[in-house]
Amino acid sequence: MKKIRIGAATGFYGDSIIPAIPSITKGNIDYLCFDALAELTMAILQKDRQKNPEWGFAKDIGPFMETLLPLCVEHNVKILTNAGGINPLGAKKVIDEIIEKLNLNLKVAVVFGDDMLPNIDELKEKNLLVNMQSKKPFNAGNYDLLFANAYLGAKPLVKALEQGADIVISGRTIDAAQFAAPMIYEFGWGWDEWDKLAKGMTIGHLMECSGQAVGGNFSGDWRSVDLVNIGFPIAEVMESGEAIMTKAPGTGGLVSRDTLKEQLLYEVHDPYNYILPDVVVNIADTCLEDIGENQVRVYGTTGKPSTDTYKALIGYADGYMAEAIFGYSWPDALEKAKYASEIIMAHMERDKLDYEDIDISYIGYNSMFKSVINEHDKDLNEVFLRLAIKVKKKGDGTKLARIVSPIGLSGPPFFTGLISRGKATQLLGICPILIPKGIVDRKVKVEV
Amino acid sequence: MKVLLKDLVQVRCGDKGNDSDINIFAPNNQIYSILEEELTEDKVRTFYGDLVKGEVIRYEVPNVLALKFHLKEALGGGGPSSLRLDNLGKTMGAIILRMEVDIDEEIINKDFLVNSQSN
Repeated sequence: MKKIRIGAATGFYGDSIIPAIPSITKGNIDYLCFDALAELTMAILQKDRQKNPEWGFAKDIGPFMETLLPLCVEHNVKILTNAGGINPLGAKKVIDEIIEKLNLNLKVAVVFGDDMLPNIDELKEKNLLVNMQSKKPFNAGNYDLLFANAYLGAKPLVKALEQGADIVISGRTIDAAQFAAPMIYEFGWGWDEWDKLAKGMTIGHLMECSGQAVGGNFSGDWRSVDLVNIGFPIAEVMESGEAIMTKAPGTGGLVSRDTLKEQLLYEVHDPYNYILPDVVVNIADTCLEDIGENQVRVYGTTGKPSTDTYKALIGYADGYMAEAIFGYSWPDALEKAKYASEIIMAHMERDKLDYEDIDISYIGYNSMFKSVINEHDKDLNEVFLRLAIKVKKKGDGTKLARIVSPIGLSGPPFFTGLISRGKATQLLGICPILIPKGIVDRKVKVEV
Repeated sequence: MKVLLKDLVQVRCGDKGNDSDINIFAPNNQIYSILEEELTEDKVRTFYGDLVKGEVIRYEVPNVLALKFHLKEALGGGGPSSLRLDNLGKTMGAIILRMEVDIDEEIINKDFLVNSQSN
């Protein structure tokens, strides 16, 4: 019976590839798949592209490929990644240069056409600019649009593999599709074999957040897991879509029913109808069974026919957040920090620093749990005030800094640890919409 | 006896836009049944107080003994536009670990207390 082995690399732009290296050298994998995109990532890449039209992809793809390609050639491993971001052709160029530099013979395929920004007027004419959650129309003309990308499925990735690609680089193809595409290609699954597609996507879903499937963020007995030497997940997949999740020998981390079940339901909302471009997954049908040390059998997932739309995400500039963070010591640390926030509030009013929204919290006390806190914890060693305001202009951050600075000499006692006076960062508004597949599919291109 | 969820369950949470998505995993069937009774949508909504502005929807996933809670409008505008320190709601799931549930003493086997070392 045919089997393939798939390894996971990065789970986001900024993740490490070091835990994926043992998967290549000792894990006997055929494919290495990585996810590099998230909502915020798209905005970062858009800003990069504004600075330099050659950019707009995950820039660590260059150094990653330099490390990985010689190993992948030696161990006969193909690569799929959506690190192309909003400029997959630019990413291909970088990879081609590295291949040439290393004197390798590899075929790179690029998938593009998910960028819907050039089609905004058409979408507007067709009344498709409607927020799929709130059902409210989105008036694109009122906003500075940063990106608009459709979430593509595995189809173009499979096409790229069919054309003999060793490396497939794409834009906003979904994370799980990086992993499912090799299964669909190798086993020749049909696009109407819903249960198999659902199984493949579920395995991809389990792997797309790298360390989170193998002990990272594990809320059970986390003390017992070696996270220093964590090795990323590997799936051994059968033709039926059943799989065994494991990791490379000698690596840390933990593959167990308990670590995997946390990832299984992560961010899927309705687990009976997880809508992906190629299939609607009943992820709740999935069974996880411990069958050995760091070996879990994954089976049982079922699927339903896909919908006739793609989700697309529009990102737009939504003002700036100016943030001030500084600390106070025991005794009465919380009380001092609260007094400091009163002073800053009063001085913002005095100096007419207008803001649209404000969030005040006390790090060490309620910055995470907000109002749902235990009042007995008030006698803290140290508390940091964090004050964040939403402002229209980046320069308003400087105004906040001027108001915050004097607190060092004219505020409550035992002040230290000024982390930020008023650093301003861009806020990103997002609007998810649904687009009939035909409008997107005609734009999608696979070039080898 | 009163037991903190911290000592009983695993939790993982994530986000999509302005919504928080929290999964609570019971250690065995018996405790799963109790949590199904105890952790109603209303009770969870009340526990999170003003953090959740929208609806709370619960899904039961018996295959992995999980209750999934979809908390709508719970992240102060959604990850990239939220002013909150935890703008992605990465700790939203930890909040509910402070909830107490009433469980018969004989049902509680020390093995199930997932984080009991930290007591």
